[in-house]
Amino acid sequence: MAIVEQIGPSERAVTWRERLGDAVRQREGLRALLLAGPGGAWLLFFFLLPTAIVFAYSFARRGPYGTVDWTFTLENYVRFFDWLYIRVFLVSVWLALLTTLICLLIGYPFAFVIARSPRRWRNALLVLVLIPFWTNFLVRTYAIMLLLRSDGLINNALQWLGLIDRPLTMLFTPFAVVLGLVYGYLPFMILPIYASIEKFDFTLVEAAQDLGANTWQVFWRVLLPLTLPGVLAGSILVFIPSVGAFVTPDLLGGGKVVMIANLINQQFLTVRHWPFGSAVSFVLMAIVLAATMLYFRIGETRRI
Amino acid sequence: MQRDRLIQRWLTDWQRGRLSRRELVRRLGLLGLTSFAITNLLAACGQTQSTPTPASGGTTPSQGTGTPASGTTGIPDYIDPSKLEKELNFYNWSEYIDPDILTEFEQTYGVKVTMDTYASNEDLLAKLQGGATGYDVIVPSDYMVSIMINLGMLEPLDYSIIKTIENIDPENLHAYYDPENTYSVPYMWGTSGYSYDTAALGDDLESWKEVFEPRPEARGKIVMLDDQREVIGAALMYLGYEINETSDEALSRAKELLLAQKPHVLAYSSQNNDDLLVAGEALIAHIWTGDALLAQDEKLSLRYVIPIEGCTVWQDNLCVPKTAPHKYAAMAFIDFLNRPDIAGRNANYIMYGSPNKAAREQGYIDEEVLNNPGVYPPPEVWQRLQWIKDVGEEGALKFDRLWTEIKTS
Amino acid sequence: MTAQAAVTTSTRRPVRRRISTGWTLLWLNVFLTFVFLYAPIIVMSIFSFNASRQMQVWMGFTLDWYVRMLHDERVRVAAENSLIIALVSTAVSTVIGTLTALALERTRFRVKSLYEGAMYLPIIVPEIVMAIALLVFFNLTFQGLDQLFGLRLNFGLGTITIAHIAFSFPFVAVVVRARLADFDRTLEQAAQDLGANDWQTFRYITLPLLMPGIIAGALLAFTLSIDDFVITFFNAGVGSTTLPLEIYGRVRRGITPDVNALSTVLLLASMLLVLSSLALQRRRSS
Repeated sequence: MAIVEQIGPSERAVTWRERLGDAVRQREGLRALLLAGPGGAWLLFFFLLPTAIVFAYSFARRGPYGTVDWTFTLENYVRFFDWLYIRVFLVSVWLALLTTLICLLIGYPFAFVIARSPRRWRNALLVLVLIPFWTNFLVRTYAIMLLLRSDGLINNALQWLGLIDRPLTMLFTPFAVVLGLVYGYLPFMILPIYASIEKFDFTLVEAAQDLGANTWQVFWRVLLPLTLPGVLAGSILVFIPSVGAFVTPDLLGGGKVVMIANLINQQFLTVRHWPFGSAVSFVLMAIVLAATMLYFRIGETRRI
Repeated sequence: MQRDRLIQRWLTDWQRGRLSRRELVRRLGLLGLTSFAITNLLAACGQTQSTPTPASGGTTPSQGTGTPASGTTGIPDYIDPSKLEKELNFYNWSEYIDPDILTEFEQTYGVKVTMDTYASNEDLLAKLQGGATGYDVIVPSDYMVSIMINLGMLEPLDYSIIKTIENIDPENLHAYYDPENTYSVPYMWGTSGYSYDTAALGDDLESWKEVFEPRPEARGKIVMLDDQREVIGAALMYLGYEINETSDEALSRAKELLLAQKPHVLAYSSQNNDDLLVAGEALIAHIWTGDALLAQDEKLSLRYVIPIEGCTVWQDNLCVPKTAPHKYAAMAFIDFLNRPDIAGRNANYIMYGSPNKAAREQGYIDEEVLNNPGVYPPPEVWQRLQWIKDVGEEGALKFDRLWTEIKTS
Repeated sequence: MTAQAAVTTSTRRPVRRRISTGWTLLWLNVFLTFVFLYAPIIVMSIFSFNASRQMQVWMGFTLDWYVRMLHDERVRVAAENSLIIALVSTAVSTVIGTLTALALERTRFRVKSLYEGAMYLPIIVPEIVMAIALLVFFNLTFQGLDQLFGLRLNFGLGTITIAHIAFSFPFVAVVVRARLADFDRTLEQAAQDLGANDWQTFRYITLPLLMPGIIAGALLAFTLSIDDFVITFFNAGVGSTTLPLEIYGRVRRGITPDVNALSTVLLLASMLLVLSSLALQRRRSS
């Protein structure tokens, strides 16, 4: 192997690349800059700065016709703390939690199977999971609506099979919304878990079984803890966007299931009350951010 | 029978060259004919008259985009071709213009047209307010024109270029939001009543009562628009108030009514209401004229109603933003769109009400649509149509809160 | 499989049967999930052949909608745009996301926890907020650049792509990071003990081991970009339309079967890609 042949750096000229590599290895600061720099810069300019502007909006007043009147006020935040709006928030969190749980229950075993398939098949299977999502989101949602209607395919099939005699009301209910959310975010759960399981050393399973563990124990005490980063990542990637979903609850909920993003949308667009919309957005962001950090803190302690 | 008459009418139009083959095929497809049937039909009927020869007149387009299209008379003499810019950016609702008309404009005037689309007035405003420039012609609805005028976003129109404004029905001009039509020219207009299935509910529904206090067979099969002002407005009108009423008493009565109605509502949707009607999932739908016609095309037992207590009227308008880079071409385009034949074809394609009186009188609009009182209501019905107007900051907040309460209940 | 090998060497336990039922259930889960994921897609494809605008009743087979779609200029342009934006966005996001994941897992610096929190923000922020924030930001920037340098930039595919990268790379970072955590560093240490420098270690050891995570992240980024609506809408310029924008606009008048036809074509194209890459892999290994 090429590496073995290079016996000791003192026996050949040091290339500029090696010098750079050494510098990078020794100076933690430089390395951090190179690695974290691009992401940080992009984030700063194309995210933080714009968001700061919107944050500023949340302290302003709504001018006539929906412009922004720059007088400092806290009224937007005060207005949010009203049971009407808080309830919307709680409903969103609840539906998002349900979605995450279901995605976890379906997604973990799924990712497990893919990770254990022959190497050749793995990428293909992953892509097969994602292909439905390369068609258009709206078209898929409409197709789901078609399936769920009272006169839709699922109801017709169930009635034909004689399992029910009156059509089930599935569409325009919270059930439909959760179904739509699970449908939309399942890959976000599967991919990180897959990444985590794939590098899991399965000889540990053998070892555990030799030590007398049954399948459940193997799972709970060996597999799960070591694939926890994937589970955590997946949960975050499903929960957070679910909380902020608005097209799905709008279409599949028939406008009857109002989630927090629908509220925000309403403020920005219909009522043109950008300050209030911004305030609600920031409350949402703050709470979700706090919850995320808490979740990770817990996750880290569990691993040890 | 109705269907056959429609088909016959369209075939006649096509034979006379008033309807393009492409449009005919599209419409026949909408009615449910298979392509096999359509081909046969067209072959059988053929075209009795050859397409009119391309007209001469007007300066030939400097870009060489082809000879002027048939049936038009080239660039009118009050338009100076040397002032026409080479491009035009049209920001319009989706499927809200006949694409053949755009092509014809391009060929006649030698101006390249790019069209982008949006799906709501609010999206349009948010984009323009956020600073998007580059759009030459936009199509805001009535209340949005009012807002944009107040925000100083619109360019006054030059009527020495837009001479075809005289073709517009005076009833549609001088609306509350732009009394002198300084900034806007009406484009299409319609109402927001409701459509219902006569097969299930009979022929004679006339009141909002059927929507807000529905009969047993309609319960759970009602679709309302997903629009604060429309829905609360309808409730207010049913209760005898004006649609722009903001008093606490009126709003709390409206709230009671809407909360009581909610268990019977299948969905609040401005986009799917026609689909749900046609599929039979909904028996009554709060709906805009154009969508109502579209649904009726597919399910002939549907009937559109302008309720006796009143209903909203709305109008979409052609405007030019202040930041438009191609103002001359923009106004020439607006002038073009209001030629009777063009306006007629457009109205037939989009199936909304045209404010172009000349188009109606010169027979460019489909008779079926012309005779539909839901689309072109008689004068006495105009009395009970109301415009949605801006209700000020406090009013807007009240409506918003009420709407949130209803939707989250 | 190693698990079953373990069975034959262990004693007195009916583990074999339990593992079989376990695996049956697992495969059942996979099968049902695929059914779940593909059911709407199949429905949509079937109705793209329906000779009626309505999506309720089957009225006969036709390819009319495909013809119509193929002649639709707007759709073609939109599809091209979507693809270009998605490819560029995926490439850049994957690189930046991987670097960021490495930064978070492998380095220490003072503001790290702040950086970490900030990294989650694009995932947390509601799309509409980010959309409008970017719109306002770009506008201010363009105005500023115009005044200071006379540089006239405009909204267009560029602004959309920048926006897409901004919200995609954190997703990539999260996925790659999951892979990095608990990474077995002994392999890397072994390589370095053998004399490899940092770059070689990274390139020949770390990167290949990281690759599944990177690929997973890239796929995610691609998916996010190609289907985005809200942020794209607010940051698109004149004439720059993408598929989601185009379709969303049309949906106002109801989903016509030609939209279904388009989606079916996209579906078939993707499947073709997968099959061909499978075939390529098989040829390489045989």
